[in-house]
Amino acid sequence: MIIRWLGRGAARWFDGRLRLASTVRTAVAKVFPDHWSFMLGEIALYSFVTLVLTGTFLTLFFVPATGDVAYDGSYAPLRGSTMSAAYASTVELSFDVRGGLLFRQVHHWSALVFLAAIVVHLSRVFFTGAFRKPREINWLVGVTLFATSIANGFAGYSLPDDLLSATGLRIAYSTLLSLPLVGPWAAFLLFGGEFPGESIVPRLYVAHVLLLPGLIAALVGVHMAVLVRQKHTHFPGPGRTDRTVVGSKLWPAYAFRSLALLCAVLAVAFGLGALVQINPIWSYGPFQPAAATSPAQPDWFLGWVEGALRLFPPVEFRVFGHLVPAPFLPGVVMPGLTFLVLYAWPWIDRAVTGDRGRHQVLDRPRHRPARVAVGVWALSFYGLLLLSAADDLVAMWLRVPVLDLVRIMRVVVIVVPLLLAAVGFAVARALRGRPEDTVGTLRWADLTSPREARDERR
Amino acid sequence: MTDPRRAVERRIAAAFGVSTLAAVLAGAGYVLGDEMLLGLGFALGFAGLAVGLAAWSRRLLPQGPYVEEREPLISPPLTRQALESELGRDGRPFARTALPRRMLVLAVSALGIVALFPIRSLLFRVPSPRRALAETAWRAGTRAVGVDGRPVRAADVVPGGMLTVFPEGRLDAADSAAVLVRVDPARLALPPDRMRWTVDGIVAYSKVCTHAGCPIGLYLQTAQRLACPCHQSVFDVLRGALPVGGPAARPLPQLPLGVDAEGVLVARGDFPEPTGPGYWRRA
Ligand code: FES
Repeated sequence: MIIRWLGRGAARWFDGRLRLASTVRTAVAKVFPDHWSFMLGEIALYSFVTLVLTGTFLTLFFVPATGDVAYDGSYAPLRGSTMSAAYASTVELSFDVRGGLLFRQVHHWSALVFLAAIVVHLSRVFFTGAFRKPREINWLVGVTLFATSIANGFAGYSLPDDLLSATGLRIAYSTLLSLPLVGPWAAFLLFGGEFPGESIVPRLYVAHVLLLPGLIAALVGVHMAVLVRQKHTHFPGPGRTDRTVVGSKLWPAYAFRSLALLCAVLAVAFGLGALVQINPIWSYGPFQPAAATSPAQPDWFLGWVEGALRLFPPVEFRVFGHLVPAPFLPGVVMPGLTFLVLYAWPWIDRAVTGDRGRHQVLDRPRHRPARVAVGVWALSFYGLLLLSAADDLVAMWLRVPVLDLVRIMRVVVIVVPLLLAAVGFAVARALRGRPEDTVGTLRWADLTSPREARDERR
Repeated sequence: MTDPRRAVERRIAAAFGVSTLAAVLAGAGYVLGDEMLLGLGFALGFAGLAVGLAAWSRRLLPQGPYVEEREPLISPPLTRQALESELGRDGRPFARTALPRRMLVLAVSALGIVALFPIRSLLFRVPSPRRALAETAWRAGTRAVGVDGRPVRAADVVPGGMLTVFPEGRLDAADSAAVLVRVDPARLALPPDRMRWTVDGIVAYSKVCTHAGCPIGLYLQTAQRLACPCHQSVFDVLRGALPVGGPAARPLPQLPLGVDAEGVLVARGDFPEPTGPGYWRRA
């Protein structure tokens, strides 16, 4: 009762100054289509919220400096040893700050979920053709968000200056160094000298807590503003046309559902943070100039680059008598091409399909077998690269020499994605024009014979 | 018979009840300093809210479907024309003003370029890349010390083992780290001039992998190979640390080794080529 009275008072107060009633009325009546796949981007958004909340707590205790300190916290195995302030403060945060370990783990888990949600959301947009005109802008913004988030994830887990993340930084340094012409200067300017230098941790810190999250927040704002302006797409169905949006209203059903999703994301993040240990930096030990942890895997969202570095043959070549070192092709060119194709995809798709129209109704994936093939190829190719980032562990489990496994994987990453793409193409082609069928109800004959022939047979 | 709506309301209320209890758990976890209880309390609390709110949305609120009109995402031609003529009428400040316009472009570009200069400040107190990358801290006569800082003698290098050494006084010089391995001198197949760089079958190679700069972590004694933990490059100790597997393409540079008057292993000079990951250089 009182709340309602206060609410109405506040609404009148603002309306008397900003004349908002009609704007807000349109806003709360905004219609959102009902399909689970439209919530994927929201999972990413709410993971970002979780990251900002937990991350703010962490900044209050972390010391971004590489100067040596003697550790005297409560973790006995390290007591008395010398380490960087960054590492010492992270250990302290984990053992002596109440709630510190929990928030660290929730933060790290949320970062993994954040990037996973981005990838799944991006896949949904890809397979349903949601990037087509007029939504190219949001595709570009979204791909930029993806790249920025990978960079921020890397900056974040490199901060504690532990032995594992230092290994990642070495590789990042060497990859930067491998750039033709500008490599040495680029690496030296970023690291403030030869690896390790003393500047990289404070610099990554500024990037991780200010520059990159600021950029992410701004891009999220643009992404959503464009979304509101353009309204959601929707799947084909009764009454769903290029001139309508069909679904639930923002107020109240959608708002409640979205809040429920926020709480669910928080619940998963805290559940993982409470139960599943992640990045136990105290057991890796502090950075040492001549040591590396083994086995060493990066966080999953960089595993595809790491996998490429492992699999790529030892190729170095000379340009104008100058060395172009081994990490350049797998570490710079491959990721660069990946993002180039991602950015260009709306225009590639348009060139291939010849479809220049505006679309508010989504494709079902089966309507575009070629697009399905490309998507399946990409997911399996990068998935296999990710698997190769753990080739030492896989070799241990399979009890095969790791170099043999590398030789096998070099073939597998080329061949298997092509095979899977062909399967994806055949399945999509068989399902095209049969809206009721799913992969499960398909028969072998449907895959091999073209649809037209089968229809005649019936 | 209970009213179905009442039953739904009760279930939602129960979910929020669970959240309230979970909050008490989280509070207890905090007071007791039990991180797991604290986290589980939060997790359960948010889970209760999620379940309750989702049920509320699905079961108690109007579901639709609602239909909203979409206006075309393009302005009608008349509106476009109106804008164009508005901008064109007295909105062309750059027309017929060639001199100020050109000077404006010049001034802004000049300032823009100068504004990039401070990027160079990111590199301070250290030599420029070309020199820093080309050399390490080893000089003729520099003693080799272990990671504990103690000088290393030939007898410290046991057959089958790998010993990490640094130039004396420079335990922080990551690019200078080297490994000492003792092998049968008769089986060493080095270029003749580099045979003199060994001491009693002890060879010194750079410890920094030529692929992406990880420290070599393992000496496979039976195969007499050095292995990098990062991407599994393997180097043949007997053949001048030639890469024989994995993504590394160049051998580990060899450090010319000698002994000083007190029997301590010393360098006879710097590595003959830059150590560690490759970079844009004449080679
Ligand atoms: S850094 Fe040694 S194999 Fe890549």
